[in-house]
Amino acid sequence: MIINHPILGPRDAQEFVYLGDAALIDRPDGLTAGNEAFHDYVYLRDNPAGVHRELWYHEQGDRSWLVVTRNTVTHEITGVELARDVARSRGRSK
Amino acid sequence: MSQTNRISGGQIDRSKSLRFTFDGVTYSGHAGDTLASALLANGVRLMGRSFKYHRPRGPISAGSEEPNALVELRSGARQEPNTRATVVELFDGLVAQSQNRWPSLSFDAMAINDRFNTFFTAGFYYKTFMWPAAFWEKVYEPIIRRAAGLGSLSRLEDPDDYDKGFLHCDLLVIGAGPSGLMAALTAGRAGLRVILADEDFRMGGRLNAETLGVGDQSGADWAAGVVAELASLPNVRMMPRTTVYGAFDHGIYGAVERVSDHLPVPMAGKPRQTAWRIYTKRAILAAGAIERPIPFENNDRPGIMLAGALRAYANRWGVAAGRRVAVFTNNDDGLRTATDLQVKGVDVVAVIDTRSGGPLLAGIRHLQGAEVIDSRGRLGLTEITVRSAKGAVETLRVEALGVSGGWNPNVSLTSHHRSRPIWRDDLAAFVPASDAPAGLIPVGAAMGDLSTHAALRGGAEAAAQVVADLGHGSARYDLPKAEDAPVAITPHWYVKSDKGRAWIDQQNDVTVKDVKLAHQENFTSVEHLKRYTTLGMATDQGKTGNVLGMAVMAELTGKSIPQTGTTIYRPPYTPVSLGALGGRSRGKDFKPFRLTPSHKWASEQGAIFVEVGMWLRTQWLPRKGETEWRQSVDREVLATRKSVGICDVTTLGKIDIQGTDAGAFLDRVYANTFSTLAVGKCRYGLMLREDGMVFDDGTTARMGPSEYVMTTTTANAVTVFRHLEYCRQCLWPDLDVQIISTTEAWAQYSVAGPNARKLLQKIVDQDISDAAFPYMGAGEITVGGLRARLFRISFSGELAYEIAVPTRYGDAMIRALVEAGREFDAVVYGTEALGVMRIEKGHVAGNALNGQSTALNMGLGKMVSRKKDAIGVLMSQRTELVREDGLRLVGVKPVNPAEPLKAGSHFLKTGAAATAEHDDGWLTSMVYSPHLGHHIALGYLKNGTARIGERMRAVNLLAGTDTEIEIVSPHFIDPEGERLRA
Repeated sequence: MIINHPILGPRDAQEFVYLGDAALIDRPDGLTAGNEAFHDYVYLRDNPAGVHRELWYHEQGDRSWLVVTRNTVTHEITGVELARDVARSRGRSK
Repeated sequence: MSQTNRISGGQIDRSKSLRFTFDGVTYSGHAGDTLASALLANGVRLMGRSFKYHRPRGPISAGSEEPNALVELRSGARQEPNTRATVVELFDGLVAQSQNRWPSLSFDAMAINDRFNTFFTAGFYYKTFMWPAAFWEKVYEPIIRRAAGLGSLSRLEDPDDYDKGFLHCDLLVIGAGPSGLMAALTAGRAGLRVILADEDFRMGGRLNAETLGVGDQSGADWAAGVVAELASLPNVRMMPRTTVYGAFDHGIYGAVERVSDHLPVPMAGKPRQTAWRIYTKRAILAAGAIERPIPFENNDRPGIMLAGALRAYANRWGVAAGRRVAVFTNNDDGLRTATDLQVKGVDVVAVIDTRSGGPLLAGIRHLQGAEVIDSRGRLGLTEITVRSAKGAVETLRVEALGVSGGWNPNVSLTSHHRSRPIWRDDLAAFVPASDAPAGLIPVGAAMGDLSTHAALRGGAEAAAQVVADLGHGSARYDLPKAEDAPVAITPHWYVKSDKGRAWIDQQNDVTVKDVKLAHQENFTSVEHLKRYTTLGMATDQGKTGNVLGMAVMAELTGKSIPQTGTTIYRPPYTPVSLGALGGRSRGKDFKPFRLTPSHKWASEQGAIFVEVGMWLRTQWLPRKGETEWRQSVDREVLATRKSVGICDVTTLGKIDIQGTDAGAFLDRVYANTFSTLAVGKCRYGLMLREDGMVFDDGTTARMGPSEYVMTTTTANAVTVFRHLEYCRQCLWPDLDVQIISTTEAWAQYSVAGPNARKLLQKIVDQDISDAAFPYMGAGEITVGGLRARLFRISFSGELAYEIAVPTRYGDAMIRALVEAGREFDAVVYGTEALGVMRIEKGHVAGNALNGQSTALNMGLGKMVSRKKDAIGVLMSQRTELVREDGLRLVGVKPVNPAEPLKAGSHFLKTGAAATAEHDDGWLTSMVYSPHLGHHIALGYLKNGTARIGERMRAVNLLAGTDTEIEIVSPHFIDPEGERLRA
């Protein structure tokens, strides 16, 4: 597979480490969220046959975490964003 | 021996004679021959025995689809099983042996299987070897494997190198027949970066095997001219002897180049094979078509081959597979074999054409509406039996028979992403569907365009489209004149017979009868058919047989072929050697060692090393006279506790963390607090996973207001760094914090023991008295004016420091420490002594950090701060994880000090049965403590803290031990920590 890195251009998937569902970005606040919310966050994942947003880490590269939009059936990649930008767009800051 | 069956013509170099041996007999052939063509030229038709029935077999093809002519190539360590004689390029000194026969190819004792063929039908193994179950592995399988087998391995290490390589291009053209050459030429002339790969050693594909002209040249001459022009273009890379074996995601193709397989041994510095990963913008599949036979009774004798192969041997290699031949066909293409061979002066006895009507061949006995119904010849064909349209039966004496049941477009690569080919009635064949892998364009015969003209046109048009798509303008091409005969075929899938066997898949000995049996037992789906009969398995993957099997099943079920199903292919197209896939990553190079800065010094001292992650660390350093490892380890521990010891701790992960939010960041990734740590101090940190389990631990020092240095365990150096980047980028993107791994930048040594300070003071430039550099102090110092870092931390429980210098001074530093330590009888200790001392002190390490344990389990529950939001804190407080009677870290000692302890033992109450319900926990790590003079251990015990002083048993059923123990505090030495603070 080839991942089109937003900064470095097309890179072989071998350079990356896969983590999983990009929903991991939406971490609840540990002081205000309840056990239930954290249980869902830690253990429950969607496993779609189709479009999936997932986290990849460019370990053999610039150490960027990326959000890759990939079709799990065809492996077609339709979007690659810096996870930092995605996190900010979802309201994460400090 | 003379080449009795060599005839005129062909693209071989008759001025170059090559000697080779097959089963110990020496023959000669010519440059340009394959092993199969050279053997046929020498009158050798028998090349192997079949898989199950051990029937005598010869080649049926002239290419990589070959199911029969599998041989062991070369000898000694270079012996390679299951190579196809039809694609093995002849070289001088080649040695090959037949396989799957005993004692010899012409007399094979296992051919007795053929007599009992009624027992060996499809499903035989499933039905016969069912009972008793235990017999399968021990009795049945070994016997079956010996009787039915392919080639054997030499069991010697392969002496040759294999490489991996990466290539990039605009256009990959797969196959160098008429369509592939035309595509490469069109794209190459237009300036595209082109790779042309072909599995053959001579490019040209079927043009080399036919007498059909292109333009005003012979096909072979036209191909040679195009190949020469392409080779002169700097933007075109020519890759003969290269099989593109797989189509992977996003335009990536796998290919194996047989760099040296055509040489006796690889040239110096060259690999035997190279596995290429080819990155393409587009690929054109010009892989041609593969002919299929028409099964009839006893259609598997040496001398019976595909009609296209029979004529390829004559036209390309100047070989007549027999002096008297016949052709059996259901289509016009088969007729070419008869006319070509007749022109070559071979006696064409008859053409048996299953079709009725149409023009008769001139000058050849052309039997229309006829069938071949049987054959004879024990080790090779001697005669065939023919039934005419009117039912008259006659026998014809022939040495070879060419059979053509039509051509299957070579769709293999198009189905690597699960695209299913579609049926075309006019061709009686499957062609690629439109959902082939993105960017892969099938052309020519692979697309069902079976005439030379259509192939040339298809290649040129596809390439021109690629040129335009990639923005290189419009490509110009001239199509040379070539034949454009339509496909004229009337399907005739097999010759019906009541009793005999007609082979569909010769490699797996699958006959029409087996397919009928599968149907009778309701294994009618294509997938079941394959698994029940083994049709299409093994090295050829059913390249000649799969469609036939489906056609027979379609007829039995009364369905059409497309209703019956399609067959799709997976990579690899042809077998790929594990050597090529492994490349240079072999033996020690599979996982190279990382060496510590003290490695050279330690090697000089005769140190024993141990692999830790990828590192080699000193395990212990034996002195003269020490023969047992315990002697060295005990000495190292006692000397350290008595005076001073030195240990290389460079392998621990080191991460520099800087930024105004560095402290806040650490508060979130550690369960305990770091923002409050004073500058110049360090603190032990506990890192959790989000599920609340302990992830890693280590000491982190504050070097400045916004600068920290973190250490991690050796094993988790990479994963902790990855986790920190994740937290920094994905969770808190606006924190002002930067991190970088400095594990390789610093050489770090622990100096521990009562004399540690005295030793170090001799080396460092600053005052390191307890007042100037107290317990848990950290800071920048200098060593002889050179930059260094000092941390007053201890893993051993002694007064201890860790001193870090830039890695390039690591070797000098160990030598300086040893020299300075001489007056204190300093020792250098390894990982074993390190382990003894940390267990004596009650520190957890790898065995306790097992991914299933919480801080509370480890006795570190109080470190988890509930006042802040840190990774894993909330989940670590789940009800089950904070049970009062949960597992707690305890110390263990044997009641009888002379008794050893076993790691992995389980805790049981005195008198309790050794069963799971009485399990009270387990012993995580164990050592002999030379300080205490008996074994000690750490373990997780249910409600352990409350049970200190209790006597129980440590039981290890695997080792057969049952030891009376006492539960004690995990701190065996200096529980108050007075030594550390000295």
